[in-house]
Amino acid sequence: MGLFDKIKERMGKTKENISSKINNVIKSFRKVDEDFFEELEEALILSDIGVVTTDKVVDKLRDYVKENKISDPGEIKQVLRDILAEDMQAEPLAITKPTVLLVVGVNGVGKTTTIGKLTALYKSQGREVMIAAADTFRAAASEQLSIWGERTGARVIKYAEGADPAAVVYDAIDAAKHAGSDILIIDTAGRLHNKKNLMGELEKIDRVIDKAWPDAQRETFLVVDATTGQNAISQTELFNESVKITGIVLTKLDGTAKGGVVCAVKDITGVPVRYIGLGEGVEDLQPFDAADFAAAIIE
Amino acid sequence: MAFEGISEKIQNIFHKLTSRGKLSESDIKAAMREVKLVLLEADVNFIVVKKFIKELSEEAVGEKVLESLTPGQQVVKLVRDKLTELLGGTQAEIKSGNPTVVLMMGLQGAGKTTFCAKLAGYYKKQGRKPLLVACDIYRPAAIKQLHVVGEQAGVDVFDRGTEKPEKIYKEAMQYAVKNACDFIIVDTAGRLHIDDEMIEEMKELKAAANPTETLLVLDAMTGQDAVNAATTFNDDIGIDGVVLTKIDGDTRGGAAMSVRAVTGKPIKFVGTGEKLADIEPFYPDRMASRILGMGDVLSLIEKAETAFEEKKAVELQQKISKDQLTLEDFLDQMEQLSDMGSMSDILAMMPGGNKLKGMQVDEKQLGRTKAIVLSMTPEERRTPQMINGSRRKRIAAGSGSSIQDVNRLLNQFDQMKKMLKQFTGKGGKRKGMFKMPF
Repeated sequence: MGLFDKIKERMGKTKENISSKINNVIKSFRKVDEDFFEELEEALILSDIGVVTTDKVVDKLRDYVKENKISDPGEIKQVLRDILAEDMQAEPLAITKPTVLLVVGVNGVGKTTTIGKLTALYKSQGREVMIAAADTFRAAASEQLSIWGERTGARVIKYAEGADPAAVVYDAIDAAKHAGSDILIIDTAGRLHNKKNLMGELEKIDRVIDKAWPDAQRETFLVVDATTGQNAISQTELFNESVKITGIVLTKLDGTAKGGVVCAVKDITGVPVRYIGLGEGVEDLQPFDAADFAAAIIE
Repeated sequence: MAFEGISEKIQNIFHKLTSRGKLSESDIKAAMREVKLVLLEADVNFIVVKKFIKELSEEAVGEKVLESLTPGQQVVKLVRDKLTELLGGTQAEIKSGNPTVVLMMGLQGAGKTTFCAKLAGYYKKQGRKPLLVACDIYRPAAIKQLHVVGEQAGVDVFDRGTEKPEKIYKEAMQYAVKNACDFIIVDTAGRLHIDDEMIEEMKELKAAANPTETLLVLDAMTGQDAVNAATTFNDDIGIDGVVLTKIDGDTRGGAAMSVRAVTGKPIKFVGTGEKLADIEPFYPDRMASRILGMGDVLSLIEKAETAFEEKKAVELQQKISKDQLTLEDFLDQMEQLSDMGSMSDILAMMPGGNKLKGMQVDEKQLGRTKAIVLSMTPEERRTPQMINGSRRKRIAAGSGSSIQDVNRLLNQFDQMKKMLKQFTGKGGKRKGMFKMPF
């Protein structure tokens, strides 16, 4: 099954929701006028695209309609698709050896699970992966990671609960260097982005990586739950202040009736989406493709 | 604290309104449009917003408001009242049963397992004997997590590995009877509201358990979808209430406002932090005030009261009035203050507290102050006047601080004593507590 079909299938709910709303708007209008745009705006806001981004998208649409003298609402769909795809487009992700991939996010977004799936993905590409269990706070977090390690055959470096996460990271880097790993993935404790002390802890981990392995490629993924509303923007902005976020992994897209927050995050923060989680299975974590995604949600 | 973003914006709108003597219909209309945008940005469900604004506008342009002497303030009061109503009106408690059985469910990552332990700790404090039942048989290490947090809360945890949830539940009930547990909390696997198979499993478990309450755990950061999830869970399985987690983030908490409005089910508890003690009953009126930046003084006082033992308070009262306050009491108060939660939490609950946003409360300073007091002899703590130069030197060395730090603390303590004395005359019972110099 191609990626496009998979997104279409798994995001059934999202698609139905955005598409059916937009389709309804398109059906109920004979011509493209201000009332039409207003209804369209409403449909986009309901999809979590957010007030600001919706305004921008609709403005672009308005300009396009004016320039190209479009009067048939039916033609709007493709235009909207193109606008959203263009907004979400980013340079492709290239991972070279060695890479340190730090995974951060608020509580309960699915960081540990995402790491399990990323490990499986990279392993299937023939890369050597090591995992550092630097979530020393949540009860049983490292056990959860160990189970993933067993499933994927990746080594997991872990300490006892309550240990200094920066120390785990330091030792894991050491181990990864010796083992000649291609990628070291670091799991961190979930933290709310407005807690100064916890963000300070993250900055420390960041410094340790820079110092202990300066020539490694750095990637830092923020995991965001797709059911999150406009708070996703605040999360991206505040995490970005502490550690430079290079990509977003959007999880649980299969369940949510939305997906619009993807557009808002990229539009406002400029941070690209790298992977999307479409289900519970290991193979359900997929690289993000803007055009496919836009085509799948607006059908 | 949660809702900061939204409060700030609404306060700006209100400021515009209240700074004018007379309001016209178009003034109110313009303000309502802004309130609408603020609520939408706060993830309040679109349909809820529309209805809210429509009702609000109708009442706000009514004669009573516009012709009153302070129309601006009348509008503010109206918004607050309507918001309280939207959030559920009065506080809703968990029904009591014999035993009470609470079934927890929700989407993945909402915080069910952590919240189960918080709830157990909360009811343990009220004299119940809780039992946590591990029915999340899917997520790796979920059972282990429940054991760990259960142990932290000091309550029993029952599991049967990955048996069928109904079977686990049945055996758990036998265990409960044998061990006289009277408050059973069932942790279940996270599930999507559109996953038919998992919803079916939940239905079966609910039918078998016949719980006193079924609670939906909801992440406060959820977007427009919160309403869909809550509606589906309610329609398919049936819920008695909602628990809102992670409201200590900077989420604007639109979910809170929408879920109650759409499902009609009350929000019963909120999770306010990472520690097990970070759980509070949900009070709609206080939350409405907090959203509007009027502060949550009631919650704060209650927090203070649970942390502050009544007897000690009376003793302290007498000491203050007789001017016998010692550094030992000071230390005591400091410890009780830290029982109440972090300083920044406490600040956020005070009126206008969210305006202090930029101000960082130095929690470490509390620790340093404590270290200084702890480096004094008991005698010195009782009679600070005896602390001379060489004693100061010793205390500074003992606590790893400088003599200046010790001096500062002694000065502050002196000032505090004077300040506290002023309060006692007016019967301002515990007000002095919040004036502590840190």
